[in-house]
Amino acid sequence: MEATLLDPRMFRIVAAAMALAAFVGLNALVLVYLERKIAGHVQRRPGPFEVGPHGLLQPLADALKLIGKQLFRPAGADALLFWMAPVVSFIPVLPLFLPIPFDPDLVAMHVEPGLLLILAFTGINVLALCMAGWGSNNKWSLLGASRAVAQSVAYEIPLLMALLAVTFMHGSLNLSEIVEAQGAWPWQWNAFIQPVAFIVYFTCAVAETNRAPFDLPEAESELTAGFHTEYSGMGFGLFFLAEYANMIVVCAVATALFLGGWQGPFFSGWWWFLAKTYALLMVIIWFRWTYPRVRFDQLLNINWKWLLPLSMVNLMVTALVMKLF
Amino acid sequence: MDSVFHQEPFRGDYYTRRFEPGPDDSTLILNMGPQHPSTHGVLRVVVELEGEYILRAEPVLGYLHRMHEKMGETRSYLQYMPNMGRVDYLHPLAWNHAYVCAVEKLGNIEVPRRAEFIRVITSELNRISSHLLWWGAYLLDLGAFTPIMYAFEERERIQDLLQEPTGSRLTYSFFRPGGVAADLSPEFLQGVREFIPYMRSRLPMYKDLVTDNIILRYRCEEVGELPLDMARRYGASGPVLRASGMAYDVRRAEPYSVYPELEFATPVSQRTDAMGRYKVRLAEIEESLKILEQAVEMIPEGEILVKGAPKPRWKAPAGEVYQAVEGARGKIGVHILSAGSAQPYRIKLRAPGFSNLSLFAELAKGTLLSDAVSILGSLDLVIPEIDR
Amino acid sequence: MQAIRRKLKDITNLWSMVKGLKVTGGQFLKPQVTVHYPRQEVANLASFRGPLQLVAKPKDPAKPKCIACLMCVSVCPSGCLTVLKAKPPKPTPEEEAAARAALEAGEKPAKKPAPKEPSRFIYDYSLCSLCGLCAENCPVGSLSYSENIYLTATDAKAFKLDLLADLRARAGAAPPAGEE
Repeated sequence: MEATLLDPRMFRIVAAAMALAAFVGLNALVLVYLERKIAGHVQRRPGPFEVGPHGLLQPLADALKLIGKQLFRPAGADALLFWMAPVVSFIPVLPLFLPIPFDPDLVAMHVEPGLLLILAFTGINVLALCMAGWGSNNKWSLLGASRAVAQSVAYEIPLLMALLAVTFMHGSLNLSEIVEAQGAWPWQWNAFIQPVAFIVYFTCAVAETNRAPFDLPEAESELTAGFHTEYSGMGFGLFFLAEYANMIVVCAVATALFLGGWQGPFFSGWWWFLAKTYALLMVIIWFRWTYPRVRFDQLLNINWKWLLPLSMVNLMVTALVMKLF
Repeated sequence: MDSVFHQEPFRGDYYTRRFEPGPDDSTLILNMGPQHPSTHGVLRVVVELEGEYILRAEPVLGYLHRMHEKMGETRSYLQYMPNMGRVDYLHPLAWNHAYVCAVEKLGNIEVPRRAEFIRVITSELNRISSHLLWWGAYLLDLGAFTPIMYAFEERERIQDLLQEPTGSRLTYSFFRPGGVAADLSPEFLQGVREFIPYMRSRLPMYKDLVTDNIILRYRCEEVGELPLDMARRYGASGPVLRASGMAYDVRRAEPYSVYPELEFATPVSQRTDAMGRYKVRLAEIEESLKILEQAVEMIPEGEILVKGAPKPRWKAPAGEVYQAVEGARGKIGVHILSAGSAQPYRIKLRAPGFSNLSLFAELAKGTLLSDAVSILGSLDLVIPEIDR
Repeated sequence: MQAIRRKLKDITNLWSMVKGLKVTGGQFLKPQVTVHYPRQEVANLASFRGPLQLVAKPKDPAKPKCIACLMCVSVCPSGCLTVLKAKPPKPTPEEEAAARAALEAGEKPAKKPAPKEPSRFIYDYSLCSLCGLCAENCPVGSLSYSENIYLTATDAKAFKLDLLADLRARAGAAPPAGEE
């Protein structure tokens, strides 16, 4: 079948992309608010409080401020790379959401190898960080970018292996099918059948999204702000948005693959999906406000000496069990 | 870009020009500070990096030089008191103490016993608050954002307590030659009595949240190992020296005030690394609490300022005195040379941070950039004190 | 062997991460300690030092106890006080004539002594370090700290406070003739 502009599928993708862009923006606002509120309450202070009732409008005010700020490029920076980096970091975010099944019907696009699509597009973020670090003409940014590359490349491998173990079990890369194969009750979820894979995946996900305790590329107290040191206004805003969108994606994938997706006790539906995703997001935020940052060589050691062997053994045991039973 | 000041002989400042890259041009020369989140103020460190490993590091001082020593020469003995609150803003009462003790030695002034106890109580409270701030700031350096807020909860209580007699919350100028400026009220002493168990009840939480944390332990253990002979070579003092295994505490070694009457231990660690310094400081908080506990019960009634205390136009007898005091960061020394006039002829201030910082260049060699941040934090530097 | 034992120890030490989460989680559920400033105030403002103020005579709330001895000016380390002594009052015509007569007679004219009070008392709060030396050393106890700790302004001149005018304003008295 030839795809034309009037093809209903084309229409569906455009509509879905618009809806997803709105979803990403809205979620980023909610997450910013949640992050700051949780940080505040963990530290026994109220968090944002003055803009709107209980500071509800604070993320909007922040967004307006970012939009209104002057875009500034340091002398000697590579203009093309410098301005492309935030865009490159944000654009892959929309395709990432396409195969995510919020509901049996609420899927932007039924993609057979949906997981593959997600894994492929998350890889682009590293390129953006690399461009930002190189293009900024700043030594701190350069150090941040080099850290980002080493970290992302390293952590993608155990992440992939952990996901492979799950796909082995179900023989599918389609997220909807994997969700359907799990039951409504927690003990039927993959997190309990594949606990090692879940832990490895979640650790790698935190590292992939550059969140504390693995936030080395932006390590504030070491590299001032790492790769986005020189960015102001919406340049920084796009990185920020992409970071939060990536967080949502990794948590949504975890929900679909390990926590039974939209299925839950009593009422199945998209609210279960969102509730589970947000629970995971809150755990990530909770991590950030509890732990110190790991050192760079330790970060790689955790990966090569612990997560990688662990996920490999897990994969082999899964394969063996699949073969035997 | 084409301005003459961007070209070779003018590029950078003295330090960047002198700090030449090594023979291999694969290294990166990086200015850490003076505006950097983990240099605690305006310290600047020029480092040469190979990847993230530090080949050379050189601290650059002087961004916060306020000529406190020179100011001493143009002010009367009393007028110099506010300066003492501003040399080290985290433990100002130790500087107060060092200075008034020196002036008292110079003028042979007797101090009432109650005043001595007031000095000990307030400066020990201040020591705890200084260590608490260090604890929070050090964890901030290591990337944990929450502990500093918990530390400030306790610190606020100390500041609320100290605000009542001293009238300020940070740069105290409370001691006077011959006594102190204000008496402690019974409510203050009661407040201290209540604070001691409260502070003790918080320490297990610190241990759970931070000290035991495996990430923190990997960031501190075997990082910045400082052998004792090196510490002595650089004249390090305070917790930095004690963490290298030497039980040197001015309160014990050169006793002053009423410290000989109080029972407290000198925490020592043989670890020599950043974790050792961390543990020594936390143990010192507990020792200070012990001192407070005793001092609050022992404090006698009586005068707080001796009758013949120096008046504003007091002329010191000619002579030379030196007084050392144990500050939160180490040995604080005040050296006064008097020619017999209303102003000192010369004042020399010995800041512990200065010697402790000088260690850094040697200590940071060969470590990772993140380790350098950890080491810098574990030395507990207060830049105003170093630059004076 | 040692390496293996170390690895096992690392695994058991992972429990410390859970303990950390427990601490922050527990604190999360506790009430906040923040004082919401514009709506609430901290309780111990009274002992916090605000800018200096003059203490009034017990009999006349518009007049300071100050005897213009200038002790505060000389003791201030930052030189933030400027005090002008009051001039002797202008002689009346009769007194002037008497003085002239005395001068002609070769005698020293009887001068009226200057009143022991300040005519101006200017205090530059932007220089003050609130050390307390002036208030401690004032022989008549004419200086104290105010509780006006929220003094803010966008102009450095606003911190040059006329303490006599401030005292009169607090007493609700009219400014003396000749000044606005």
